[in-house]
Amino acid sequence: MSHTFTLDGKVIPFVDGQTIIQAASAAGVFIPHLCYHPEFKPHGSCKLCTVKVNGRHTASCTMRAAPGMVVESETEEINAERRALTQMLFVEGNHFCPSCEKSGNCQLQATAYHLGMMSPHYDHFFPNRAVDASHPEVLLDFNRCILCSLCVRASRDVDGKNVFGLSGRGIKTHLIVNAKSGQLADTDFTLDDKAAQVCPVGVILKKRRGFAVPIGERKFDKAPISETADTTEGR
Amino acid sequence: MGLNEMHAEAIAGVVDRVINRYRRDPTCMLQILREVQEACDWIPPEAIDRMQAMLGVPRTKIEGVAGFYSFIYTEPRGKYRVLFSDNITDRMQGNRALMERLCNNLWVERGKVSEDGLVSVGKTACTGLCDQGPGMLVNNYAIAGLSAQRIDEIAELIRNKVPLAEWPPAYFKIEDNIRRADILLNADFKPGEALLAARARAPSDGLNSSNMRSWREGLPSGIGGPGATLDEIKRANLRGRGGAGFTTGLKWEACRNAQLKAGHQRIVVCNADEGEPGTFKDRVLLSKCPDLVFEGMTVAAYAIGATRGFVYLRGEYRYLLDHLNAVLANRRRENLLGKDICGLPGADFDIEIHVGAGAYVCGEESALIESLEGKRGTPRNRPPFPVTNGYLDQPTIVNNVETFAAAALIALKGGEWYAGIGTKHSAGTKIISVSGDCARPGIYEYPFGVSIRQVLEDCGATDTQAVQVSGPSGICVAENEFDRIIGFEDIPTAGAFTIFNKTRDMFEVARNYVHFFQHESCGFCTPCRVGTSLLKNLMDKLHYGSGSPYDFAEIEKLNNLLQSMSHCGLGHTACNPVLDTIAKFRPAYDKRMMQQDFTPAFDLDRELSAARQMTGRDDAAAHLATEHGGQS
Repeated sequence: MSHTFTLDGKVIPFVDGQTIIQAASAAGVFIPHLCYHPEFKPHGSCKLCTVKVNGRHTASCTMRAAPGMVVESETEEINAERRALTQMLFVEGNHFCPSCEKSGNCQLQATAYHLGMMSPHYDHFFPNRAVDASHPEVLLDFNRCILCSLCVRASRDVDGKNVFGLSGRGIKTHLIVNAKSGQLADTDFTLDDKAAQVCPVGVILKKRRGFAVPIGERKFDKAPISETADTTEGR
Repeated sequence: MGLNEMHAEAIAGVVDRVINRYRRDPTCMLQILREVQEACDWIPPEAIDRMQAMLGVPRTKIEGVAGFYSFIYTEPRGKYRVLFSDNITDRMQGNRALMERLCNNLWVERGKVSEDGLVSVGKTACTGLCDQGPGMLVNNYAIAGLSAQRIDEIAELIRNKVPLAEWPPAYFKIEDNIRRADILLNADFKPGEALLAARARAPSDGLNSSNMRSWREGLPSGIGGPGATLDEIKRANLRGRGGAGFTTGLKWEACRNAQLKAGHQRIVVCNADEGEPGTFKDRVLLSKCPDLVFEGMTVAAYAIGATRGFVYLRGEYRYLLDHLNAVLANRRRENLLGKDICGLPGADFDIEIHVGAGAYVCGEESALIESLEGKRGTPRNRPPFPVTNGYLDQPTIVNNVETFAAAALIALKGGEWYAGIGTKHSAGTKIISVSGDCARPGIYEYPFGVSIRQVLEDCGATDTQAVQVSGPSGICVAENEFDRIIGFEDIPTAGAFTIFNKTRDMFEVARNYVHFFQHESCGFCTPCRVGTSLLKNLMDKLHYGSGSPYDFAEIEKLNNLLQSMSHCGLGHTACNPVLDTIAKFRPAYDKRMMQQDFTPAFDLDRELSAARQMTGRDDAAAHLATEHGGQS
């Protein structure tokens, strides 16, 4: 059955069971997000998609739409909070955009531009994270991981392989791979895996494809993320 | 062969034994890991190999779970794993000097394993021994009342490799320290009484809980007991004792009325993951009146029609496990658990105990359920709520230890009797864990409505500056508020009551709590994972004397962000101790803002501390003169 709610004053139709972000994107309204991906069960961890529903903060990727809801998204207050979260993700890892192969195709970078993030603001944590270059076709650069768990969900739910998982707790939470050696080469991961396609940042990279498309001609160089219908990039 | 090395076959043997006892059930993953570690001292990779094969779960899942819990080690931590409790009360009782003493005694660096692999010495969050601290855990067994002498003895025992089981039993004696008892702690109660009373209860004309489902469809129709028992709980106006204060009767009724899917059953969970720093009343309830708690769980099962129960016991209370299991076994013998309880056909219910492994966040009910399912203790997205989709997606109630104890008494003596105790909005009694600066720390049970001042008087506190009520996630009460009362209408509490006299630095209290939340953040959501670390860094910056009003403003901004954007209560409340102490003890912060404008976060002299440690020097020439010395 079809109902409506309002998002920043705009009437948004939805069907039973749809989340706020699903209904919004179906109506062509962009809500910033990183761990949300339309093909996967929502995770609700990055909190970038937080909106205010009837005055209360909630993640729009996990909250089901309900008739008559009053949702605020593009407000100065909420965008300032989203910007702070984005800055947190930048300082938590090691993100050096100018030398990153994902620059221009990176959702974190594009979201930072969208939110008008001019600096990382907080002191960098500079964590010490090793790179895994063991796999013949894929490089894992954990420095850029934002713990969205999309690769975890893709490998588990689509590929049926459980190549990735999260371990540790708190600020020490980190991505692990399914091998006693801890090396990607010792898993059954292949380039055809869905998990190879979903990383919103530059952790899972194809080897020998560096800078095949020049910077300046990449996805988010052409149009900002808010105007890119498919924010998930199938590479 | 080193101390921590076992043959792969021996490890596989241990794993097989443990896994078979847990029926090869992957939902028991945390229990399996905990028991394998008890035998192997850590979780060696070979053990994970074997678990992977036996349980048929991927390695990522096992390592993910093992990596989440502070007390599970995937690297060797020694035959003796010593963890000093590091709550603010332990600090006030001098735990730092004692830890230093043990490290020096054993030639081991804090947080590291000794070179011979014998011992590691570290710190851990509050172990619930605040009234008899400083406390420690050795291989997860609690030792209270540490002194310099005892530390030296412990060092000697470790050096001589005396097995823990042969250490003097006096070390492991944990006192109840009950200073004031009321209806719960004085309960004149014989096991089974409350159940018989519940069964005998006839449906009343009053509240009429819907009696569609009884314990359960299996019970003879027309039995009014379950609905009537639920009515009594509602009439008692019982509210949850874990801190949130949700109305127990409503929770139970929602679970009772939740649709059961095929093959599902209703679940009763007792939350004994008493992790809030400064709280230790559940430890005492479980040690003094476990039958009352188990009976309360059984009453709940009867009222909502549950057939399976769990106690989630915090890892720090591992020492209670054997006794509690013995009480459960006795209840089975007495037909107070098991099949056809009290001879009532179809009244089936049993309880098993799961032990946590050092994760405060598992006190949050949905994280607790995840942990019970053998997963990482990450709070779930809600709705749906546990009453409809809880343990393994089944309708589940999660209640605090004290709530179940109260429920047993209500079943026995009736809701009206209970509602008459306490205040209009807060029925019954509350057990308070008193610690900190007072003459008589321990357990005090009061009817709701008692004033802060009264508690302070009773425990012999003088010259009191502040009381942290309900732990770091609760509120900090200053002197001008001591006439406020304990109750849902004023100051609700899960039970902690930590007293600070006027010599204490309230900034350091808040900083200790901020460190606690940073350590315990589960890491799931961005604001809490990163925000608690940023908050910790800012508080440390103030502590080191390099703070400025800018940092102060940053702290307030972070606090707002944590409150609005975090996934669960941990993040929402992580800033409470800072907000409260800023509002009420501002001078403690002001005196740390040494610089009025820009202050570099980087302090060259402090950065040289690693070099000083490596060269074993701490003389004047090993220091740089800095403009603002600060403390280090």
